[in-house]
Order: sequence, then C-alpha cells, then structure tokens
Amino acid sequence: MPAPEPAREATVETAFRIGSLTKTYQVGETEVHALRGIDLVLPEGELIVILGPSGSGKSTMLNILGGLDRPTTGSVRFHDTELGDLDDGALTRYRREHVGFIFQFYNLIPSLTARENVALVTEIASRPMQPEEALSLVGLGHRLDHFPSQLSGGEQQRVAVARAIAKQPGVLLCDEPTGALDSQTGIAVLETLDTVNRELGTTTLIITHNVVIADMADRVVTFADGMTTEVRENVRRKAPAELTW
Amino acid sequence: MVAGRLLAPLDRKLLRDLWHVRGQIVAIALVIAAGIATMVMASGTLNSLTETRQAYYERNRFADIFAHARRAPAGIVDDIARIEGVSRVSARIVQELLVDMPAMDEPVRGRVISLPRDGDPRVNDFTLRTGREPREGYPDEVVVLQSFADAHGLEPGDTITANFMGTRRHFVMVGTALSPEFIYAIAPGSFVPDDRRFGVFWMNERVVEAASNLEGAVNDIVVQIRRDAAPDDIIRQIDTLLEPFGGTGAYARTDQPSHAFIEGELDQLSVLASIVPPVFLAVAAFLLNLVVGRLIDTEREQIGLLKAFGYGGLSVGWHYVKFVLAIGVVGVVIGMVAGIWLGHSVTRLYTGFFHFPFLHFRLDFGTAGIAVAASLTAAVLGAALSIRRAMVLAPAIAMRPPPPTSYRRGLLERAGISSLLGAAGRMVVRHVLRTPVRSALTSLGVAFSVALLISSLFFLDSIDRMLEIFFEDTQYQDLSVSFVERRGDDVANDLLHIAGVLAVDLHRSAPVRLTHGTRSERLALTGRDPQASLSRLLDADGDEIVLPGQGITLSNSLATSLDVEVGDILRVEVLEGRRPVIDTPVTLIVREYVGANAYMRRDALNRLLQEPPSANAADLAIDPGFQETIYAALTESPQVLGVDRRAATLERFRALIDDSMVTTILFYIGFASTIAVGVVYNSARISLAERGRELASMRVLGYHRHEVALILVGELALLVAAALPVGCVLGYFLARGMATEFASDLFRLPFIVYPSTFAFAAIIVIAASIGAALLVVRRVSRLDLISVLKTRE
Repeated sequence: MPAPEPAREATVETAFRIGSLTKTYQVGETEVHALRGIDLVLPEGELIVILGPSGSGKSTMLNILGGLDRPTTGSVRFHDTELGDLDDGALTRYRREHVGFIFQFYNLIPSLTARENVALVTEIASRPMQPEEALSLVGLGHRLDHFPSQLSGGEQQRVAVARAIAKQPGVLLCDEPTGALDSQTGIAVLETLDTVNRELGTTTLIITHNVVIADMADRVVTFADGMTTEVRENVRRKAPAELTW
Repeated sequence: MVAGRLLAPLDRKLLRDLWHVRGQIVAIALVIAAGIATMVMASGTLNSLTETRQAYYERNRFADIFAHARRAPAGIVDDIARIEGVSRVSARIVQELLVDMPAMDEPVRGRVISLPRDGDPRVNDFTLRTGREPREGYPDEVVVLQSFADAHGLEPGDTITANFMGTRRHFVMVGTALSPEFIYAIAPGSFVPDDRRFGVFWMNERVVEAASNLEGAVNDIVVQIRRDAAPDDIIRQIDTLLEPFGGTGAYARTDQPSHAFIEGELDQLSVLASIVPPVFLAVAAFLLNLVVGRLIDTEREQIGLLKAFGYGGLSVGWHYVKFVLAIGVVGVVIGMVAGIWLGHSVTRLYTGFFHFPFLHFRLDFGTAGIAVAASLTAAVLGAALSIRRAMVLAPAIAMRPPPPTSYRRGLLERAGISSLLGAAGRMVVRHVLRTPVRSALTSLGVAFSVALLISSLFFLDSIDRMLEIFFEDTQYQDLSVSFVERRGDDVANDLLHIAGVLAVDLHRSAPVRLTHGTRSERLALTGRDPQASLSRLLDADGDEIVLPGQGITLSNSLATSLDVEVGDILRVEVLEGRRPVIDTPVTLIVREYVGANAYMRRDALNRLLQEPPSANAADLAIDPGFQETIYAALTESPQVLGVDRRAATLERFRALIDDSMVTTILFYIGFASTIAVGVVYNSARISLAERGRELASMRVLGYHRHEVALILVGELALLVAAALPVGCVLGYFLARGMATEFASDLFRLPFIVYPSTFAFAAIIVIAASIGAALLVVRRVSRLDLISVLKTRE
C-alpha cells in the first residue's frame, strides 16, 4: 500500500522516501550490519552531500538507491516505485532510465572514445541528449575522439559525468567523484556537477568523506555506524570555486 | 632449508590457484590428453601389431618369396633350396574350389592348400585352433580357415559340399586353423575381406595331387631367405628355374596381399601417431600461454610482494612452472588412461579384420615416455614467455597497478566501418584487434579443429565417390564368373542358354610382367571386347573410351608406378602358355581407383597368346527372378572357378566402412570438439577476466545481462567465424595429403570433399563453441556489480 501523501504539503516533490531501511551482509562467517534503520526523505532537484567515515554505510545506501543492491528490510521508494519490489530485469531498467552513476575510478570503457563512452548510454536511453552536447557541457567538446588512456584523470571523470547526465537521468549518484583527483581537478569536476544540478534540475547525491564539499550542498546527511546522525540544510550553497582543501 | 619452509605456503597458493581456474585447467588438460591418447593408442597398437605379426611370422615360418607354376616336378624344391641365400623351401599344390554353403545364395570362393606328407617344418605353417590335422588315408578330411568356419558356424565333424577340380565332393571338417598367409583373408581379385565369402581348406597332399592330376608335381613354392640375402636376386633365379614349368613370376612378401594390407594399416597408424599429437600439443601450449599470462597479470602485486619478501626470480619462475606442470600431469594421466582404453578398443576392432592367434594391446613404454616428455615440455615452453615476464618483473613496479589498457584509433576507423557498429560492436572489434596475435592464434586453434574434422570426414566422401565410380559408373554386371580353364567363344552361348541370363561379356586375362626401364610390375592383363556392354573404361575426364586395336591401355596408378605416358613403349612378358614377349606402345591411360590394371582388346590378346578366340572369365547380366537357378547351374558346372555378385561386394564394402570408419570418425569428432571447447572456453574465460570490470560497469549503466553477454559472445563469434574459412582451407589441404598418403596398390581414393562435409565440420565446431561459450556466459550473471566500482583495475 502506498503511504499517505504528506509530500503533497510541500511545493517540492520527493525523489526518494526511505523508511526503516536496514542492510545486513554476510561476510565470511560474520554478519555485517551496514545499515541499521534509516529514515530519510530526499526532495527532488536538490544537491545532497552524504558525509561519513569509511564503513559508515553511505556507499551501501547509494548502491540501494541506484538499484545495484536490495534492502534487507524497510522501504525505498523512488517517486511511486518501491525499489525493493523490483526484480533484476526491472532494476536494470530502472538504472537504464532514471539513474546516472559517477564513480571514484571513473569506470570508463577503455576501448571506447570519450564520445563513444557517452554514446554507450545514449544508445539505450529513452530521451538522451547528443553525446557531443553532454561532453560540451562538461567542457570536453574538444576531446571527443580521445580514448580514456589518452585523457587525464580529471578529464576521464568529466567524461564519466557527461556519460551520467547524457541520458537526462532523474537522479545522479556520485560515489567519491573526487576521491582519485587532486583538489584543483576535483573542484573542476564539482563545478560540472553543480552546473548540471542547477541547469538541468537533476537530483544529485554526492558521497564523500571530504567535509569541505558539504558546503556546496542544499542538504547534508551525515552517516555513522549504519545510521544517520545528522540531516541539515545549508542556508546558502557555496559555489565549488569557493571550496578549498 | 629456509626456502623449503618458505615454499610450503607458496605450494598451497599453487593448489588454490589451480582450483580457482579448474574449468580452464580441465579444458587444457583434455587437449593434452587427446594428444597423448592418440599417440599412446597409435604407437601401442602399431607396436602390438608389429610384434605380434613378427612373432607369428617367425613361429609359423612365413615365406619371404612366393612363386606359382603350372606344374613343376616335386624335386624343384632341392634346386631352389640350393640358391644362395635361401634358408627353407616348401612346395605345395594350391587350387581353387567353389563351396556350396547352404546359408548363402551364391557359391563361395575357396582355396585348397596341400599339406605335405613328410613332417618337415613347413614354410607358411598353419596354427591349429580346434580339432586336428587330416589323417593319411582319409581323403575327405579338411582343416578350414577359422574365420570362415566361425562366419558359418562350422564345427569339427560338419560336412562341406564343394565343386573341386570339376567334381562335386563332400568334405568333413576335422579342425580349424589360422595361417600367417591369411591374417587378412581376402579372395583373389577382391579388395574387401569377407569371412563368409572366402575360405581356405587344407587337405593332405595325396588328395589334392590326385584331384588335380599333379602326382609327383607341385604348383606353388614358398621360400624363406636368410636375413642378409637380397630377395630380388633370388626371385630372378627362382623365375629362371620355374620358367620351363609355367612359372608365373615369383614375388616378394611386400606383394603378398595379406601382408600388404597389414603394412598399409601400420602406415596409417604411424601417420596418425606423427601428425595428430603435435597439433594437440601446439594448441595446448598456446592455451597455457594464454592462461598463465592472465594469471601472472592478475597476480602482479603478489609477485611484487613475494619479491619484496626476498623470493628470487627463479623461485617465482619455478612456482609458475609447477603450475604448468600440474596441468600437464593431469593431461598426461587422463591421456594415458584414455590412450590405453582406446588402444584396447582399436585392437579389439583389429581382431575383427586381422586373424592373429592372439593380439593384445601392449603399452609402448618408450613412445609413451616420449609423449609425456613432449607434452610437459610443450606445456612449459607454451607458458615460458609469460613466466619469464614474472621472473624479471621488478618488485617496485609489480606492486604498482599496471598501466591502463590503452587503445588507439586504428584499423576500424581507417576502414570506415566504425560508424556502422554500435558501441558494443566497437568494443568487440577493438578488443579483438588490440591483441592481433592472440586473436589470430585463437582463431587458428579453432581452425585446427575444423581442419581435423574435414581431414577425417572427407574419407566418407572419397570412399563414397570411389564406390560410385567403381560400382555404378563403370560396372553394370550382376555376376562375374571365372572359369577353371580357358574356354572358346562359344561359352557365351552356353551361358546365354541358362534361363535368366540376359547378357554376357567375355574376358580373357593372363599373368604378365610389364617392364619400363628399371620399373616392373606383375599383374593380370585383361582382354576386353570393344563392344562390351556390362562394364566400361573412363578416361581422366570421366568420358567413356573404346579400347584401341593396338597397344596396351593402363590404369593411371599403374602408369604412375611404371612411370609411363601415352606413346611410351612397354615390354610385355606373358607368364603363361608359350610365354611370348612383345614391346608395345601405351595407347591410352584410363582413370581407375581400384587395383592396378592393364587392358588390351581380347582379340589382340588372343593373338598375342597364339590361341583361338577364347576367354577365362565372363560378366553376366541376369534376371533377378532366376538368380537361384543360375547359381545352381554355375555351381554345378565343372568349368566355373568362382562367381562374384557385384551387389554383395558393394554391401560388404559398405559394412566394412561402417565398422571401421564410423568409429574412427567419432574419435575425430571427439578430438576436434576437445580442441574447439578448449580454445573457446579458455579464450572466453580470459576475455571475461580481462573485461569483467567493463562488463560490470555496463550492467551498472543499465545494460541487461543478455546485452552484456552478447559482447562476450560477439567476440567469440567473430573469432570462430574467422576460423571457419581458414579451417576449411587447412582441412582441404590436409585431406588432400591424407588421400595421397592413403593410396595403396589395392585402391586409391578419388580426392573429393563434399560441401556437406565442410558444413558438417563447421556445425560441429560451432556447436562445441556455443557449448563452451554458454559455460562462460553463465558467469556474466555472477559479475559483482558493487565491488567492481570500488576497486581500481
């Protein structure tokens, strides 16, 4: 049964509604409680930064939101869809249609050029932008035909951003997007994410343990030990250029 | 000491590594095993056959030289025994007879051999299997060739009715025997062994003497010579001695039909033992190169760590050599067991064709040892380059992640096909082109399996074509009849008077020696009528020819062995009657696949032999409704030496092929599939290992399992597709070589590969590849989407 509709009270729609979410892994012979009961509402269009040390459960939650993993108990709704109810094929379709991923290690296909890496996603999306347009948005309009091995780390991550936004996803999930980059390059990538969020209105989640990045968010969620310890809204979003670390 | 303690955990790692890639190891071990098994089977069988034959020949004093005469005084034995180099001589009387077996429609050819009175050790002695020898004074007692007795279920005490030297007689079988002369028991003029249609009957000399009117005389001499003696020289001297007595030319063991057949079989086994195993070893070496190369790539950091701990390059190298040896040993063990089992099966198959008193498969330890050493060496050599890479890897470099896989714009873009392919297509093609040598070798491996199949399957096509040419395109007679003595042309009328005989073609054949320069062949020269309607001769293009009035016509194989062309002059020595000798030109060469034959017009041959128009054989067309009465009439006629039914020969030939070829071909299908599966499975696993991250990333991006699997399968499909035409071409040439290799004095194969054979080979390999690919595709669903995102390649 769908929950009653408190979200209607607000003017902003809800992207994710998370209730009593737990996730338990079996690692060898020990049980790992990665998430121990999360309740969270993430409004549409916001840029949300999730902070927390290693092992706090933030990546696990991102994986569940992205349809890569399933909750053990509890509910995760994306708009009207309960993700926990989807089978493998439906989860794949969910990722294909709604989710853009950006990873710490870019995960580009080495045998495809920048343009082709983006096309990999636009070929299967329902209302994509042109790969060239997406690459221009991240400032790589001049490196269309370069292979990943011919690009710097920052450039590779920007190709990954272009690949993620080219399908015009409902939500952009970024797991340590600057983790492998120096600060200057990292800020350039964050600027791209900021632009996308502002211009396209894509709900954006950024996982990081770099506290500084929280300043560019609408909302900051802090994780510790499988639970949320704090959810706060920033009064003012800083521009990435103002950040330093 | 320290190393010993340190190596123990390394050995545990070794075992775990092996277990981790067990599927691939099994696939490689099976390829090695197929090579070992072929070699163990072929060399063991070869050895068993050779040694058994050798022992049998020695024990029964098998002759080195064979000679036949019309009628020679028994004392000729002493003259021959005095020839320098001759160690033992036996003289016998050999005759033909026609047996009337109740279970058979047509009369059965048989040969009678006399047993000498004295108890001297006989050359070509028989080995009594059941019963006893015929007693003196009991003229009806015979010992029968065991294969014939078995085929007809004859027991000692049974009676056999036969037409012997113009008289209908009843014999009593008192025993069965085997003889080194008839290990491969084949009727004269036939090329298919048929235990039911050819029997040998040993009788006391006095009985045969009396029946054939040869008292105090013999017509067959068998001679053993000393090991150091030159047979050609002795043959010439025997010919001189026998010439006044109607000698038809002595010949050496190599021309003895049974011996020649076994030789042919041994040749094929040694071809099998020398050609096939290296192919398997080459494929196994390549696969090990692939697998060990990948293992060393993934264990790069571990290698660095080991070196940082103080292991030397040699210890690391030895570690991987042990890994390879372990796979080799698994292959060797499976191969040995399979080879011994196969050897037993093949030997059992041989006992159906070759009648030895005993024949057991015995492992040839020498060859098996070589096979094992060769396999292990090939395995280590295959992996050597990769292992060397591990040995020289500097620890500091090893512990850093390898440089990213780099791709450049290349062939695909230059060819302008890049835009035609989707992203997935580009991934497939670029991955294949990125490692061109490995891709080419993978394709070549698959091509080998296609080629191996074609080179065995084509035998069926060629034999089919040979039978078609021999039994359908060139022969139309229902029966072939041979006469005891030469008959005047009026015999045609006699035959036509038998109810149901529709047409008769007469033939005259005479033993001759044809000589051209230093080359010489002994054979029966056939005189044919130009208007013969029941058989025909074809030229090289398959068109019918008419025998010219002059000169001699040769089959192409005979022309080759005599090294003559049309227009060359041949010396023809007739070996019977007045023994005329003429020099005559070769006027035509005809294309034949069975036997080595020479033809003349019958009237010309009659003139050459200085005899009136006459014949000693006839082809008959009959009304099938009268078959039985015709057989009865022929069997009762004292003039008839033998009757052959074309349909029966064809039937028997097909049965022989079913017995032997089908089993062989099943082996080859198994072998070829082993290679295809081994190559495709390993290549798929390596590809999956190399691209697991990419494929998992695609799954994360929203690609379905089947779409991702298609990238893996697409790459395999591309490699297999490239392999098929290459394999067909390789197979074609390999088959052509085998066809040439297969040619014997008895028959040659027309080389032909039907399109359906190419298709069948391709289908088997595609099916094996699909099977192997499916095993790997299952793993796509098990890709760990989460961990792949957390780790750097």
